This record gives sequence, structure tokens and C-alpha cells, in this order.
Amino acid sequence: MAEPSRLATPRLRRSRGRDPLGLRRALSDRLLPALVAAMALLAALALAGARGAAELTARWEAGAAAAMTVQLPPSAATGGRLERALAALDAMPEVAEARVMDGARMQALLRPWLGEAPAVSLPLVIELRLAELPASPEVLAGRIGAAVPGGTVESHGVWVARLVALARSLQAVALAALVLVAGIAAAVVAVAVRAGIAARRSAIALLHDLGATDADIAGRFGQRAGLLVGTGALLGTLLAVPVLAGFADLAAPLLGSQPAPSLAALPWASLPWAELALLPLLGAALGWVTAQVTVRRWLRRLP
Amino acid sequence: MVRFDDVGLRYAGPSGLGPQGPAPEVLRDVSFTLPQGSFHWLLGPSGAGKSSLLGLMHLALRPSRGEVEVLGQRLSQLRRGALPALRRRIGVVYQDFRLLPHLTVFDNVALPMRVAGRGEAQLRADVAEMLRWTGLAEKAGALPATLSGGEQQRVALARAVVMRPALLVADEPTGNLDGVQARRVLALLREMHRLGTTVVVATHAEALVAEHPAPALRMDEGRLVAHG
Ligand SMILES: Nc1ncnc2c1ncn2[C@@H]1O[C@H](COP(=O)(O)OP(=O)(O)OP(=O)(O)O)[C@@H](O)[C@H]1O
Ligand SMILES: [Mg+2]
Repeated sequence: MAEPSRLATPRLRRSRGRDPLGLRRALSDRLLPALVAAMALLAALALAGARGAAELTARWEAGAAAAMTVQLPPSAATGGRLERALAALDAMPEVAEARVMDGARMQALLRPWLGEAPAVSLPLVIELRLAELPASPEVLAGRIGAAVPGGTVESHGVWVARLVALARSLQAVALAALVLVAGIAAAVVAVAVRAGIAARRSAIALLHDLGATDADIAGRFGQRAGLLVGTGALLGTLLAVPVLAGFADLAAPLLGSQPAPSLAALPWASLPWAELALLPLLGAALGWVTAQVTVRRWLRRLP
Repeated sequence: MVRFDDVGLRYAGPSGLGPQGPAPEVLRDVSFTLPQGSFHWLLGPSGAGKSSLLGLMHLALRPSRGEVEVLGQRLSQLRRGALPALRRRIGVVYQDFRLLPHLTVFDNVALPMRVAGRGEAQLRADVAEMLRWTGLAEKAGALPATLSGGEQQRVALARAVVMRPALLVADEPTGNLDGVQARRVLALLREMHRLGTTVVVATHAEALVAEHPAPALRMDEGRLVAHG
């Protein structure tokens, strides 16, 4: 009986002596990292969602500088027809600004279809900025058509603007989800740390009576919680990567590229790598801070 | 040096109240001075307040009124943050040992040194010496649950003195021991006293006190009834 225990002594000594509070068991490496991994997965999804929505917003906004356009035939450039149309549009209360698109920009927009030097003569395009998005673009388009005889009214920009508004609120929702996940993670860590304190109450009280400072005791919990939460967050983030690559692939057509033909061709480069790399670090910091605050608050009851 | 000046103590619940109104004072008007390097018995019937008095002495409790001065420091003038450093200069043998069950004998004895931030190389020699001194060298790798009561008591003593404290406080250090073991523990306490430590020992064991005449503080119902 005595022999095996004596053989085991040096290892026991090394592994336990530096962990007088027995935190390796009191804050176990199972439940907390697993919960945190699940939350890190959610956080990574929310993060990628927020970034994807931001990209869509930026892209759509660039493509829809004007909510509505009015096209006039090239002949309208002479004889004062263009000026009359502009005046009529400016007079409408719904129109904040009516501007003729300059030739260079129109050529740039049409280059993919017409090449460098278009042979056809281009129509005149009047871009309209609206005072506010109309409830019914068709009705407004009808009224504008009536105000500008011979003009062709295009209102798809209204729909784009609506999509942009939707993407913006998606972005806000994703960020709110991120904050919520961080809050829940902090609460979970606090509960785990309180359970750890309860399990080691007498050891904590003894260390305190032997002259351990609050910083020392809180530091032991902080280190352990930081390690566990950091590890969990790393696992969750790694799990999120393939999921995010898949989503990025689905979203590719919306951003003007093609779905990937193979795994290697998934849009890996488009993942928010910097933010993803920050998640485990932020997780570890959150675990450390939460444990410190929880333990220090508890220790204040000791003399 | 330890000085108590008109000290009162009540154990207050979270609300500051006991079950029936304000908690009663378990220590009342306690005043005495123990010179540096002295040895004192602390005597009195069960419930007299001996453990409470020792708790004040080793800064596990704060007085409800009066002044406690330990090792030249007045408790009323110390910030909470200054207490850990003072506690490290006081060794305590607890009535219920308070050994950590998941640590070996070696690690239990090393605990105060690790708390004080001593390096592993340095504490190894000191702990080994304490274990030899208390006759526990063979048990360094054992867990407390596998030790006899007398052995556990000596582990508690080794842990209390490993930091060479200026004040050593022992609460019933011979409580569960037979005569031979009790004398052995007491011999270690007297040796600490010879080495210059101020020692206070609370006990019920009148026979042991008769064998080792020394000044005594005698308590009854929370009051100091005799001193000297
Ligand atoms: N933590 C506590 N909370 C409330 N009351 C306490 C607490 N500890 C002790 N008391 C009370 O204080 C009084 C003195 O107790 P204390 O433990 O100091 O006596 P003692 O002289 O050490 O007794 P014993 O010889 O049995 O160890 C007792 O009435 C006890 O009920
Ligand atoms: Mg007692």
C-alpha cells in the first residue's frame, strides 16, 4: 500500500502544491469551456453577420446613389426640354434634388455593356434624390412621368434603399446579439466562480487567515477562469470557421461573385479573420475580469 | 507584544443582529498586555471565549469595541490592505487543525511560505526542517486523511511555525491527544518560546498546565477573571 503512494508523491506534489485552492477540480475543465464554446460560436456568427450586412450595405448604397431616375431621349438636350423637365421635378415636394448624370459617369457605369467608346448615343439621365422613401414607389413614378412628358421613370433604387435599411437593422441586431452573448458569458462565468468559491470556502478562508491578499486569491480564480474561457472561446471560434465559410459562399452572388466549385475555393479570404482571432483573447479577458470581480466582492466579507 | 484595551466582541449576523435582537457580547472589557517573548496559558471553561480571544489576536476577527495591538500595530489604525502582511508574522494552530485535505503534508506545511511568495528552492529546505523537527519527515507525501490525530496536530504545528512567526497562537493543541503525544506537542511549543517567539496556548488540560507552570490568562463568560 505504502509503496505506490510514495512513488506518486513527487508528481502529486508538483501538480497540487501550486494549486492550494484545488481550482483544477472546483472550476472544472468540462462544463464551463463547453458552454463558452457554444457562446463563442454564436458570437462568431453574430460577428460575421454584422460584417456581412455592413458589406452588403456598402455595396448596395454605392449601386443606388439615386432612389429614382428619369431618362429622356438624347434629343432632349436641345430645345430647352431638359431644362423644363428639371424645373418641373424641382417643383415637386417629394424631390429633394434633381441632377443630370454627367456623361463621364454614365460611360463608366455602362462600360461593361457598351465598351470604351459607345457608338450609340446615350439617353440623358436625371438622378433624383427623394425627400423620403415613398410608401408606394409606383404612384410617385406615375406622377413624375406625368410631370415630365416623354420621360421614362425608373424606381428600382427605392427597393435597393429598402434593402439597405434592412441590412442596416440586421447589422444592429447582430451587434446587439454579440453584446448579449458577452453578457450571458459573463453571467455564466460568475455563476461558475461562485460555485467554485462555495466548494472551496474553507480553503479560501484558510489562505486568507495565513495572510494571502485579496489580489492573490482573486488572481488564482482569475487565471483559472481566463484559461478555461479562453480555451472554450477558441474551440467555439474554430467550430465557427467552416460554418462562416459556407455562409460566405451562399452570400457570394449578392456581392457580385460566384459560388465556389470546391472546398478549397470557398471564400476563405473573405472571413473576418482579425475579429475571429480576437474572440478567444476577449473571452479570456472576460473570464479573468469576471472572476476577479466576483471573488474580490466575496472576499470583502472577510476581515 | 500583544495588548488588549477594554475589548468587546460580538458576532454579528449580516444584519448586525442575532436571532433575538442585538447579538450578545461574547467578550467584555478584556484588557491585558503580553510582553514580547513571553509564554502564556489561556484557561477557562468551554464557551468562556478563549477561541474568540485568540481569533482577535491573530486578526481573524476585529473587535466590536476597544483597541487590539499586535506586534506593535494598532488594529484600529490599520487599513484592511495592511492586515495580510501582519498575519504572515503570526503562526496559528487551529482548534480543528484546518489542514487542506487535497494537499500532501509537505504542501500543507509549505502553504504559508507559498502564500508569502517564497521561492520553491528556498521553501523546500525550510519545510523539510520543520517536518524533521515535528517528526513527520516520513509522512511528507501523505494526505492528511491518512494521518493519526497526533500527526495531524503536528502538521498543523509545523505549518504554524514554518515562517518563524513573532507570535504563535495555539488553540487546544493537545485536545485530542494522549499524554505522550500531548507532551511532545507542548515540548515543541516551549522550544518556540525559548527561540524568542511570544506564545499563547489555550487549553482545558489542567494536568499539562501543572507540569509546565507559566503565567495564565483565565477567562469566564467572556471576561478576563485572572491574569498572571
Ligand atoms: N462564529 C460564531 N458565531 C456566533 N457565536 C459564536 C461564534 N463562535 C463562537 N461563538 C460564541 O462565542 C462564545 C465563546 O465561544 P469560544 O469558541 O470563543 O469559546 P471557547 O472558550 O473557545 O470554548 P471551547 O473551550 O469549547 O473551545 C460561545 O458562546 C459561542 O457560542
Ligand atoms: Mg475554543
